[in-house]
Amino acid sequence: MTFLTYLISGLALGSVYAIIALGYTMVYGIAKMLNFAHGDIIMVGGYAAFFAFSKFGMPAPVCILAAIIICTILGVIIERLAYKPLRQASSLSVLITAIGVSYFLQNGAQLLFGSDTKIFPVMLTDGSLKLFGGQLVISYLTLITIATCLLIMVGLTLFINKTKIGKAMRACAEDKGAAQLMGINIDTTISITFAIGSGLAAIAAILLCSTYPSLSPTLGSMPGIKAFTAAVFGGIGSIPGALLGGLLLGVIENLTKAYISTQLSDAIVFTVLIVVLLIKPTGLLGKKENVKV
Amino acid sequence: MKNILTNLFNKKNRGRTLSFIIVILAYAGIEILTHSVRVSRLFTSLLVPTCCYIVLALSLNLVVGFSGELSLGHAGFMAIGAFTAVCVSGLIGSVIVNDILRLIISIIAGCVVSGIFGLIISVPVLKLSGDYLAIVTLAFGQIIKSLINNIFFGYDANGLQFSFVNNSLELQNGKMLLSGPMGATDTAKISNFTAGIILILITLYVIYSLIDSKYGRTIMAARDNRIAAESIGVNISKTKTLAFVISASLAGAAGALYALNYSTLQPSKFDFNTSILVLVYVVFGGLGNINGTMISTTVLYILPELLRSLRDYRMLIYAVVLIVVMQVTNSARVRELVNRISSKVFKKREVRL
Amino acid sequence: MKKLLVVLLSILCVLSLAGCSNGGNGGGNSGEDAPAADETVYVKLGCSGPLSGDAKVYGEAVRNAAQIAVDEINASDSNIKFEFNMADDEADGEKAVSAYSSLYDWGMQVSLFTVTSGSGAAVAANYDEDKIFAITPSGSATALVYTAEKNFPGNFQMCFTDPNQGVASADYMAEHFADKKIGIIYKSDDVYSAGVYEKFMSEAAAKNLNVVYKDGAFTNDSATDFSTQLTAAKDAGADLVFLPIYYQPASLILKQASDMGYAPTFFGVDGMDGILTLEGFDTSLAEGLYLLTPFAADADDELTKHFVDAYVSAHGETPNQFAADAYDCVYAIHQALENIGYNSMYSTNALYDDMIAQFTTMTFNGLTGENMTWAENGEVSKAPKAVIIENGVYVSAD
Repeated sequence: MTFLTYLISGLALGSVYAIIALGYTMVYGIAKMLNFAHGDIIMVGGYAAFFAFSKFGMPAPVCILAAIIICTILGVIIERLAYKPLRQASSLSVLITAIGVSYFLQNGAQLLFGSDTKIFPVMLTDGSLKLFGGQLVISYLTLITIATCLLIMVGLTLFINKTKIGKAMRACAEDKGAAQLMGINIDTTISITFAIGSGLAAIAAILLCSTYPSLSPTLGSMPGIKAFTAAVFGGIGSIPGALLGGLLLGVIENLTKAYISTQLSDAIVFTVLIVVLLIKPTGLLGKKENVKV
Repeated sequence: MKNILTNLFNKKNRGRTLSFIIVILAYAGIEILTHSVRVSRLFTSLLVPTCCYIVLALSLNLVVGFSGELSLGHAGFMAIGAFTAVCVSGLIGSVIVNDILRLIISIIAGCVVSGIFGLIISVPVLKLSGDYLAIVTLAFGQIIKSLINNIFFGYDANGLQFSFVNNSLELQNGKMLLSGPMGATDTAKISNFTAGIILILITLYVIYSLIDSKYGRTIMAARDNRIAAESIGVNISKTKTLAFVISASLAGAAGALYALNYSTLQPSKFDFNTSILVLVYVVFGGLGNINGTMISTTVLYILPELLRSLRDYRMLIYAVVLIVVMQVTNSARVRELVNRISSKVFKKREVRL
Repeated sequence: MKKLLVVLLSILCVLSLAGCSNGGNGGGNSGEDAPAADETVYVKLGCSGPLSGDAKVYGEAVRNAAQIAVDEINASDSNIKFEFNMADDEADGEKAVSAYSSLYDWGMQVSLFTVTSGSGAAVAANYDEDKIFAITPSGSATALVYTAEKNFPGNFQMCFTDPNQGVASADYMAEHFADKKIGIIYKSDDVYSAGVYEKFMSEAAAKNLNVVYKDGAFTNDSATDFSTQLTAAKDAGADLVFLPIYYQPASLILKQASDMGYAPTFFGVDGMDGILTLEGFDTSLAEGLYLLTPFAADADDELTKHFVDAYVSAHGETPNQFAADAYDCVYAIHQALENIGYNSMYSTNALYDDMIAQFTTMTFNGLTGENMTWAENGEVSKAPKAVIIENGVYVSAD
């Protein structure tokens, strides 16, 4: 029974990682860049929902919508201002720019919102499900998180495979030059990718902050790094890979803490990651790229 | 005599000679200043760390710039070098009284141990590429930080004492060298600016020798086109391992120098942000550009100190500087403008050359 | 580009050297004339703490409170007034050394040392070498005031040391909760938390406390999800959970424990102070929480009321113990300066020696305790107050 408790809380943590990892993986697949500022967009989403709910007293669905809209707009603005001029630049220049954006958002948030931790309000639900005579307690939030994660995954897969924009995205991921020749607007496609990734970040923010209700300007950096790890773990660029990677990372992290060592859990999680990558160098579900001369 | 001079300044060696001249001139200038006028304490306190970061950035440039592999865990090597050096320096402190000798032994120890870890981590380096490699180096940095956080190491009359995860050491009149999250305390501050400059010169020598050697050309050939290089029989594994180990050793030496400049040092210092910081220096200076790396490290290290008076806004400004410089240096329009201006300004010289 | 960088570099060098012309040697005006009786002297008071980065909230609390104290003193009719300068050290040892150097260049005469322990340990020897008197509001590691090898005579602390907190907690539990099964959750990569934990564990063994779960560590990278530690503590049967950590992660622990239906007695140390004023925190979660703290923002003595009012009206939030300790530090320094009759004739060395003599002999009444005294090793002696949270306020638990 205790094992189940560990497993479920691991799955909940993993689901949040997975949603964040989706943002990384989509942007990486299409724009071929590591958007290190993704974690900080989560932070902005958290603050947006917090202020909409606590300061302006809006109902929860409006708050969620507000957070999604603000993050989407922010994501597109960042893409247009900071990343678009660097389309032709080396990937490292883009990486440094992303780090600059990340510092900017963090320090900007500290100046705007103050550096003290704020407690995220109960926005979704507070109850919990008691099974086996109260031996197993699962909060509704955990169920919502896991369900949302699966829903997003299915929705996104359908979107990418069935819609015209999705097709354009796949084309861009495959070969930008060829896609352009086929009449696909690369800039628009990349902007849409950023919009979707940032919108997902807002949803991740609300789930993350509801589960761990502590809001601070540096809130996004650690989940960001973990989610990035999850994305690579599952095979970066692959949507099911992000889900698998996220869930596995969350579960491994929690089980290590429970059964091996709390002090060494980070070291163990990352060692597992290295071992997996040694066996499968492109991640669990990553595509093997054949390099031609 | 003339032959040596022309040899030093011929097309092949000009860059190398220039690097050494820059470092030696900077050293001479700063030494003259510190001995003639009373320079601010802030200025002197920044000298040694600047040297450490220059060596770190140069060593990272070897991996990122010359091998073309992204490494996000360079702080891990720095940490290994740093804590090895602290332990060695603490252990030999009672035997070797001469500070200079003690510093040299400690740095060499840091360098060697870090190099061994570089060899271990080069196994995945050879199998992986691109962002998968980046994540492995990131993971490596995190693992090292978290391991050092759990090491308790000291000595007393009964010899060396070691414990892991939970501190079970009870030392009788002994000395703790590493105490978990507290890291190293009571370190003798034996680093100095001259040692830093010598370390930079050694680093420059090692890197230039490597680049100009057969190995260096293979590394760059593999970076530019791996398949082509392999098809003409270049052993890429061997050269990449070599570059990685050298880079790790140099980072370890820099970490050793760094650790011995402060009386205390905590493992949390060597986190992801420190790795990123060094990466920023490298990208700013230009991939594979050695003089650029040295200059950009100095500028970017001192910049936040100069922004002190701006208080709350300084990190925000630092972030803006990062973004703007990346935009400017990569913008075709700005590049053209700079070229036009510089061709006008330097027209005379160009004609003469 | 390279040329541009070279130009930039030379400008930077010139700018950073510019400090040399006005670089002081730690102040101290050794004028020839005897000072007039009513002459006003300004003492340069330095401090370094995190004003950017993760730990910014602690640095700001100290800066705000110290500024209030300095403004009050400067507005009073005392002849000894302060010039206050706070430098950012990002809670990092390396940055703390440069922050210290910039304060030294400014001519700092006395100091509030550093806000965080890590920074303080890095510059403790610098204060000692330059003979600048320093008292830290919140750097609680012993490494700030003495090490295994030497004592830093001019370095003092306003807060309890970490080992003292560990001992005090174990003592209190031995006295009041001798039959409870104890579980511990602590932050293993934090000097403060690990320091309290270590001393608590050895003291608990000596006092025969029944510790059933001691491996509840977490790190900065895993400071959000505590379900594993809480489940393990619950399974081990712990009915008292000791939390030697700061209030931000503690708030998450209280929430997650309540969500899983686990309701042991929680017990915190001084880092727990601030939990009730956390914006948006459901204070009912903290009902029945014990903590050892020297300061309670809702105490009804005149001094606390006055300080809290001043802080709230200036900054719009309730001060925590970092702020209270900083406020006390400034007043303690001022009291010592008054006692030695500081004037412009004082040399730096004499100021240093006399301040040490003052601090080791005087008693001070402040926000965080009455009749405080300091030992020669720099540790403060004041009584930690055990309080319990009832109906959202601190109530004495002695």
